[in-house]
Amino acid sequence: MNGNLEINNLSLLFTTGLLLIAIFIDYKQKLNLGNEIFIAGVRAVIQLFVIGYVLDVIFSVNHLLLTFAIVLFIVFNAGFNAHKRSEGIPHSLLISLISIGTGTSVTLVILIITGAIDWVPSQVVPITGMIASSAMIALGLTYRSLSSQFTDKRQQVLEKLALGANVKQASMSIIRESIKTGMTPSIDSTKTVGLVSLPGMMSGLIFAGIEPTEAIRYQIVVMFMIIGVNSISSIIAGYLAYKQFFNERKQLIS
Amino acid sequence: MCSTILSLDHIGLKSSGDCILKGISFNIEKGEKIVISGPSGSGKSTLLKIIGSILSPTEGRILYKNQSIEAIEPTKYRKEVSYFFQNASLFDQTVRDNLSFPYLIRGETFSEEKARGYLEQVKLQSTDLDKPIKELSGGEIQRVALIRNLLFEPELLLLDEITSALDQKNSEIILAMIERLNREKGKTILMVTHDQKQIAKADRLICLMDGRLEEAI
Repeated sequence: MNGNLEINNLSLLFTTGLLLIAIFIDYKQKLNLGNEIFIAGVRAVIQLFVIGYVLDVIFSVNHLLLTFAIVLFIVFNAGFNAHKRSEGIPHSLLISLISIGTGTSVTLVILIITGAIDWVPSQVVPITGMIASSAMIALGLTYRSLSSQFTDKRQQVLEKLALGANVKQASMSIIRESIKTGMTPSIDSTKTVGLVSLPGMMSGLIFAGIEPTEAIRYQIVVMFMIIGVNSISSIIAGYLAYKQFFNERKQLIS
Repeated sequence: MCSTILSLDHIGLKSSGDCILKGISFNIEKGEKIVISGPSGSGKSTLLKIIGSILSPTEGRILYKNQSIEAIEPTKYRKEVSYFFQNASLFDQTVRDNLSFPYLIRGETFSEEKARGYLEQVKLQSTDLDKPIKELSGGEIQRVALIRNLLFEPELLLLDEITSALDQKNSEIILAMIERLNREKGKTILMVTHDQKQIAKADRLICLMDGRLEEAI
């Protein structure tokens, strides 16, 4: 590891000056975000220090079951947070866990089978975190789109039901649009990668001294896996969640 | 010889503690044309939506052909008892998208010939089939929406003030179509309207007041 990569405690302390700038802007502009910025900063420091030491232990133990337990923990947390963004859709915790769980499992298995990563905690845990958090954001967008469309297109759904359509036929355009909404950000960021931003994985590897031509290979894998997991998770969540807007008499719940 | 197609047995609806409908009972005979009338807020549209299975009552039961509608698959029931909205809207892009939807949900091939025939019956051009819905006037939208409900000729048609927002010309075209369905094809019509001409032409008049059946003539 070269010297440039070391961040000593003093440097870390000085970077809090960036937070102070944000708090100063908040104060001058009366944004009422000061507490939020402070809490966010403190939480980030505590959470990252804790996870840093936890990962240190997990990587050194390198046990199959412990790695699996961490994967489950990440998936549960992602599912729980997606559920909190579900805007009151019934059974959204279960739907989120199934969607993110399936998306993460399929993506991980493909990455391992293709040899892109190995089943070692130092690779599986960070990759699971990236996949699950991406799926969590995609699900939040899918849920929001479902809720707003079932409100905006209420008349259209009612008319289709009145014609004798089943709930799936009455909701099909809404389901498709919601899945698309969940998938679009990852497709857009994949299109602009390298042109607008140098993403985290690639930047991290370059920081660590890996040749850029080698680092891009990992970034390609990351972009593809994020598109993959978002597609799988959004489609499962979309098709499970739309049913929650109807009762057993196939009527739209108001 | 009349046969009862639909029976309402003490239908009531309560919502957030308010009584919207209470103790509504009457029969509808096959081939009848019945008008429901009453002041605004008397529960006419709500009653029609309950009959159309868009809403469920909190009290009472509805029998369709002597069978409780709770025991009938809702999609099957709604194909036979068709609710038509007061301000019907069209979906997707073109007239064709709308008129092919009833075929799509039945898994049948779209009959262009039949759709064009219906368009002409409501004084639209048969070539309007591929017209974008954005180019249609309010009256044309209502006519296309009506065809969408009629392509498979439901047994009972529930019409909720369908001409209230239309000019005389559009109203006459739509009402003539309804009249033909009732007189020539024996379809049963239950319509909410304040139009005195329609009330005069009806076989029966049902009046609602504050969610209760005021009188049935």
